[in-house]
Amino acid sequence: MPQGDTGSEAQNVLDVRDLHTVFRTRSGEVHAVNSVNFSVKPGELLGVVGESGSGKSVTMMSLIGLLPSPPAEVRSGEVLLDGEDLLKASPARLRDVRGGEIGFIFQDPMTSLNPVFDVGFQIMEPIRRHMGLNKRQARDRAIELLDLVGIPGAAGRLGDYPHQFSGGMRQRVMIAIALACDPKVLIADEPTTALDVTIQAQILEIIEDLRQKLGMAIVWITHDLGVVAGIADRVLVMYGGQIVEQAPVHPLFNDPRHPYTRALLKTVPSVSGARAAKLQVIAGQPPILGAAPSACPFRDRCPLVFDRCHQQNPPREIVAPGHDAACFHPSARTGREVAEASA
Amino acid sequence: MLTFTFRRLLYAIPTLLFISLVIFLLLDLAPGDPMAQMPLTVPDEVKARMREALGLGEPIHIRYWKWLVQFFWVEPLHMLDSLLGTGFAEGSQRILSWQTRSPVVDIVMQRMPQTLWVVGTAYVVAILIAIPVGIYSAYRQYSLFDQAGTFVTMVGFSVPPFFSGVLVIIIFASQLGWFPSIYDTRLVVDSWSDFGLQVRQMFLPVMVLALQITSQLSRFMRASMLDNLNQDYVRTARAKGLREKTVVLVHVLRNSMIPVVTVIALGVPSIFGGAIITEQVFKVNGIGQLLITAIQGNDLPMVQTLTFIFAVLIVLFNLIADVLYGILDPRIRYD
Repeated sequence: MPQGDTGSEAQNVLDVRDLHTVFRTRSGEVHAVNSVNFSVKPGELLGVVGESGSGKSVTMMSLIGLLPSPPAEVRSGEVLLDGEDLLKASPARLRDVRGGEIGFIFQDPMTSLNPVFDVGFQIMEPIRRHMGLNKRQARDRAIELLDLVGIPGAAGRLGDYPHQFSGGMRQRVMIAIALACDPKVLIADEPTTALDVTIQAQILEIIEDLRQKLGMAIVWITHDLGVVAGIADRVLVMYGGQIVEQAPVHPLFNDPRHPYTRALLKTVPSVSGARAAKLQVIAGQPPILGAAPSACPFRDRCPLVFDRCHQQNPPREIVAPGHDAACFHPSARTGREVAEASA
Repeated sequence: MLTFTFRRLLYAIPTLLFISLVIFLLLDLAPGDPMAQMPLTVPDEVKARMREALGLGEPIHIRYWKWLVQFFWVEPLHMLDSLLGTGFAEGSQRILSWQTRSPVVDIVMQRMPQTLWVVGTAYVVAILIAIPVGIYSAYRQYSLFDQAGTFVTMVGFSVPPFFSGVLVIIIFASQLGWFPSIYDTRLVVDSWSDFGLQVRQMFLPVMVLALQITSQLSRFMRASMLDNLNQDYVRTARAKGLREKTVVLVHVLRNSMIPVVTVIALGVPSIFGGAIITEQVFKVNGIGQLLITAIQGNDLPMVQTLTFIFAVLIVLFNLIADVLYGILDPRIRYD
């Protein structure tokens, strides 16, 4: 670890550096994660946003080796969990981390639970695996967890099977499983996407509440900007397997610097004011990268594109305190007013 | 579940009655004469009297009714008698084979052990091989093991037993002389050396049958595992930090076994049905061989009774498969 940085790094519970993940397919390689750097502090809620296929989920699954290999291959980088590089960890150590120190919540609660085992068994599994509790203690812990995530009559529901729970309740069970061993980091991969809005609000409340109580760091993957605005401390915007902008939540929404972030924010329909003629979209498709990017991945869809964008891939540069963006255009550095004036 | 089972058992009664009627009518329609194998020197009027003595002169509904009474009333009573030493069935007519003139059920009971030993062992061996092979093939899809397994199962599935049976006889019995080519029913196993002989004479027919059943089952197992290996809950299990062995052998296997157990249960009646061709090739005088000789000899009571026993077993194991399904899959509740 470099000497100069120790002060700030010691605070980070998770530190990801220069992560590259590649999928080998029959028609060639797909570079899904390209040189991703980010860090998470204890107790912080980091939102990760981007379109489908921008590499959000793949990045997070790369961290703890959850991608099927083959075809996926984490080619280089460092994933430091409290200073320990998970990419170099042994498979046994990685299993200790999964479910123990890093909890994972998945998108679809309907399919993420095993249909043939009762939820008690599924919650107790990580508890017994990581905390070494006996059956009775694990059962007590499972009841406590179900209470914590707000499932009424917890003790009576341990013997129920997933199909006896509604979608929202199943997601609570998933959260209980992820929280079972008091993880340092909770990675939530679009946990509310498959739920309807009222249930989504309840889940958000539970997560927010648990963060206060348990003080763990949360990485929240979503493509719902409204959710991010409501709960995140800091936001990463991903595009083409790269982080294109990183900022605390208020600057990101008030003063986005990357053209992609701006376009993304424009797509959110407003409930107040005059109704827009039609829904805003970002024209075009996100790229599928057959090689490591050598130019800006957003260039084909960018309204501000110019020569340099085709020649070089812009690095992330600090544009304001705690705010960086990967864009060559001058407006990225100067902020919103200038951008609008020049546009 | 109990109500369901009971209801299904009740439904089975009209089903089986209908099946028995269909079998009876079909056999009656089939051409053939039980006297066909009598020497030509026997005069025609004697043959006609013999047919009458077999009960063939009576109208079809009377014959069917007699068979029903004999099968559902006399035979169970007789079984009770032989178990408890009582005399309920005394003096009543049992179902007699036209060929041997001895009770059909007694002959079936004599033939059953050979079939159960040979075909049953083959079935058990096949299950024990097919399930691990299917699991591993799916887990390492397109690996060398999987490719080799696919090839072997293709061969095992497509080569008929009358070919593979003769082939193994030529190789292992004639050339190498390791195993006998004929199954000796008279062998009584009462010592270890006899047991060794029994195993050796069972070896070839079991091998031929097991190859075929394994081919089928391992494909099922593999396909079912593949269906489940990519499910989201597998990722959840991995994200919990479970060992790969637990993930595959607990989470995936339990789900994959649901369809496979059904297939296995539905295949059990075929054990009792015997393997007609394999039994012929290795001269195992089991049920399959009994059925084929009965058909050749126009022994209608024997064919009727055997076919009906198979029908009962099929209906019964269908029910067992359904019950097992309900036990293995909590999403299925019959009540």
